[in-house]
Amino acid sequence: MKYFKYLILGTIFGITLTKAELVSWYRIYEMFRFQSFHMYGVIGSAVVMGIIITQIIKRTNMKTLNGEPIVIQPKKLSIWRYLLGGIIFGFGWALTGACPGPMFILAGNGVIVIFVAIASGLFGTYLYGRLRHKLPH
Amino acid sequence: MNDIIDFLSQPWPWWVAGPVISLLMFSLIYFGNSFGFSANFRNICSILGAGKSCDYFDFDWKKQVWNLVFAVGAILGGFIASQYLTSDMAIQLSEATVTELQDFGIENPGADIVPMSIFNFESLLTLKGFVFIVLGGFFVGFGTRYAGGCTSGHAISGLSDLQPASLIAVVGFFIGGLSITYFVLPYLLPL
Repeated sequence: MKYFKYLILGTIFGITLTKAELVSWYRIYEMFRFQSFHMYGVIGSAVVMGIIITQIIKRTNMKTLNGEPIVIQPKKLSIWRYLLGGIIFGFGWALTGACPGPMFILAGNGVIVIFVAIASGLFGTYLYGRLRHKLPH
Repeated sequence: MNDIIDFLSQPWPWWVAGPVISLLMFSLIYFGNSFGFSANFRNICSILGAGKSCDYFDFDWKKQVWNLVFAVGAILGGFIASQYLTSDMAIQLSEATVTELQDFGIENPGADIVPMSIFNFESLLTLKGFVFIVLGGFFVGFGTRYAGGCTSGHAISGLSDLQPASLIAVVGFFIGGLSITYFVLPYLLPL
C-alpha cells in the first residue's frame, strides 16, 4: 500500500501527457520548429507554477508527509556534463519524439515498438555507466 | 459520469497540463521524493544486474521502487487514456507543421499519436526506422544519464528550483533537438 499513491500519480502523469498530446512525436517536431505555442505553454506554465510551489516549500519550511524536512538537493554546477549530456539527449528527443516518461506512456498507448527504444535507452545508460570516468563532467 | 468521461476525453489544453505536471512534482516532493523519470533507466539497469560489472549501477535500487511504480502507473495512464478517454479528433497541429511533414512524405500528420509509418516493427529493419527508434532511444538513455536528468528532472524540477545546472541542461536539450530537426530530419524523413 505504501506504493499505491505512486501508482496513482504515475497514472495521472500518463493520462495527462497523453491527453495533452505531449507524448506525440508530432508535437515535439512542431515545438522544435517553433510552429506552435502548445509545448512551450505546457513547460512554461509548469515551470512558473513550479517556481511558486518550490518557493512556498522553502519559505514555509514545509515537512514531508512523514514529517521530515523537505530537502531539495542542489545540482552540482559544472558545464560539460549538462551541456554535452543535454545535447545528446536533445538528439534523441527530436528523433524518438519522446523523453523517458513519454516512452513508457507511449507503450501504454499501444505503440509497442517503443519498447525497442526503451531497450536501446537502457543500453545507452549502461554504456554511460561504463564510460563515465572517461567523459568530461 | 459519462459527462465527466466526455469532458476528460477532449484534448487537454496546455494550461491544464502544465499545472497538473507541477502538482505531480509537488506531490512527489511532499511524499519525500523528487520528480525525475530518467533515473528509472539506471534503476532498471541495476535490477538487471549491471551493478556486478559497473559501480554506477551498484546501489540499493529498492529505495527507488517508488519511481518504478510511478513508471508502471505512467504505462497504465497511457493505456487508460488511449482505451477509455478517446476522442476522434486528430491532433490539432499548426498548418505549417502539417504542410511541411506532408512534403516530407508523411501521410495524415496528426491522425495518430506518432507517425505509424516510422514507428512500427518492420521499419526497424530500415535505416530510417533504425535511426529514429534505436539510435534515438540510445541517445535518450545515454544523454539523460550523462546530463543527470531529463525533461522532468531538469526542465521542470531543476528550473522550478532555479538551478543554473538545469538551465545549462535545457539549453543543451534545445541545441541537440534543433540540430536534428533542422539539419537531419529534412533528409531523413523523406527516405
